[in-house]
Amino acid sequence: MSNIIYNRFDEEVHPPRLSPDYKSTVLRAPTKPLVVIKQSLNELTGPLFGDFNLGSLDHDLTKNSVKNGEPLGERIVVHGRVINENGQPIPHTLIEIWQANAAGRYVHKVDQHDAPLDPNFLGAGRCMTDENGNYKFYTIKPGAYPWGNHYNAWRPNHIHFSLFGANITNRLVTQMYFPGDPLLQYDPIFLGVPPKGRELLISQFDLSITEPHFALGYRFDFVLRGHNQNVQAP
Amino acid sequence: MLENTSNESPHRGLGGYQTPSQTVGPYFAYGLSSEQYLYDFKQLAGNQMVNPIDEKEAITITGKVFDGEGVVIPDAMIEVWHNDGEKQLFGRFGTGTDAQNRFIFHTVKPTSVNGQAPYLSIIVFMRGQLIHSYTRLYFADEAELNSKDEVLNVVPEQRRSTLIAAKTANGYHFDIWMQGENETVFFDI
Repeated sequence: MSNIIYNRFDEEVHPPRLSPDYKSTVLRAPTKPLVVIKQSLNELTGPLFGDFNLGSLDHDLTKNSVKNGEPLGERIVVHGRVINENGQPIPHTLIEIWQANAAGRYVHKVDQHDAPLDPNFLGAGRCMTDENGNYKFYTIKPGAYPWGNHYNAWRPNHIHFSLFGANITNRLVTQMYFPGDPLLQYDPIFLGVPPKGRELLISQFDLSITEPHFALGYRFDFVLRGHNQNVQAP
Repeated sequence: MLENTSNESPHRGLGGYQTPSQTVGPYFAYGLSSEQYLYDFKQLAGNQMVNPIDEKEAITITGKVFDGEGVVIPDAMIEVWHNDGEKQLFGRFGTGTDAQNRFIFHTVKPTSVNGQAPYLSIIVFMRGQLIHSYTRLYFADEAELNSKDEVLNVVPEQRRSTLIAAKTANGYHFDIWMQGENETVFFDI
C-alpha cells in the first residue's frame, strides 16, 4: 500500500456525538472517547458499486415510481459535485437519497404524520457521479413535517443524502436544506452542526440549471475527507 | 504490519471544509434497505454478503444494538465491510424487520492480513446519531491472533471484549452497546 493517510473528521464542522437539544442523542451517543487507530486495508478501501446496474430512472424521483400520473408538488433539479478536501473530484461514486413528499409525508410505515401520501412518489433515488464527480437528481421539493423532539417541533425541508466516496473513511450521511427556510433556526438537528459548518448544508438556488417551463435548480456540493498526498487516491 | 501512522493534523486543501454529517433519521428504510423492508424499490446491498448455498464456509452473524438504558434499538442501520485482500464484501441491514430487532448477515469469515487478527469493519447509523460510528468485529476463536493484534492492543484491556464476537452454532454473535458499562469501543479512523 502507499503512504496515503486520510484526514480525520474535522470537528470544526461536524456535529458532536452528544447534542442534548436533539433528544435522541442522549441515550444513543457513545460516551467514551473514540480509540484512534491506524488506517489499514479496510479503512483505505470500501464498496465501489461499479458493477451495479442502476435503473435508468433511479435518479429521477418524479418518474421512478409513478402509478397513475405525475407526483404532486414543485419539481426541482438538484445537482452538484463531489470532491475531497484536496479538491480532487470523486468520480463514479454512489449517491443515494430519500425524502418526504411535497406534503411532508414519508412513505415509511413508521411515519404517522397526518398528511397525504402521493401514490406517484416514493421519495427514494440514487445515481453515480460522473468522471468529474458531478451528479444530478430530479425530484419534488420536500415538505416540512412535525416531529416529537419538543413542543411544536418541525423539521425544515430537507433531502437525505448517503455517499460512499473513496473508502470507508469517506462515508457520509447528511441532509441537504433549502435557502431561506425559516425552520432552520429552530431545528436541533441542523443546529447540532457547529456554526462554521451550517452554511455548508444549505443548497443554493441556481438559475443556470433551472430548466425553463420545467423545474427549479438547486446546487449542493460535497466535500469528503481528503488525504495527505496531492495525487489521486487509489 | 499496518500501513499508516495516524496522528497527523488535518490536511485542509483546495476543496474547502468537509461537508458536515447529519443523522440517518428514522426513515432510511425505503431508500437504503428497501427490499429488506418490503418497499417496491430495488436495493443495492442487503445481508447476503455471500450466497450461503454457494459457500460451504458461510457463517451467520447476528447481534442487537442497545441504547444507554439497555433497550434494543429497532431503527439502527448496520453496514459491514470485509476486505482481506482476497474478498471484498459489503453488507447492509436495518434492525427493524427481525422479530427480536437483530441485525443478521450471511457472509464468510475474513482471513488474516499481515499476521493481524481477522476482523470486519462495522459502521453504525441510527436516529439519535448526528454522525455515524465505526467499530470492528473480531472473532472469539482467534484468541492467539487477537492477543497479538496491533489494533486490539491499542484498546484498553478491560474494553477489548466488546469487540469480540462470540461463537455460535452457525457463526457469531456480536452485540453493540452505545453506552453503559459495556459500551462498545468505537474508533476514530
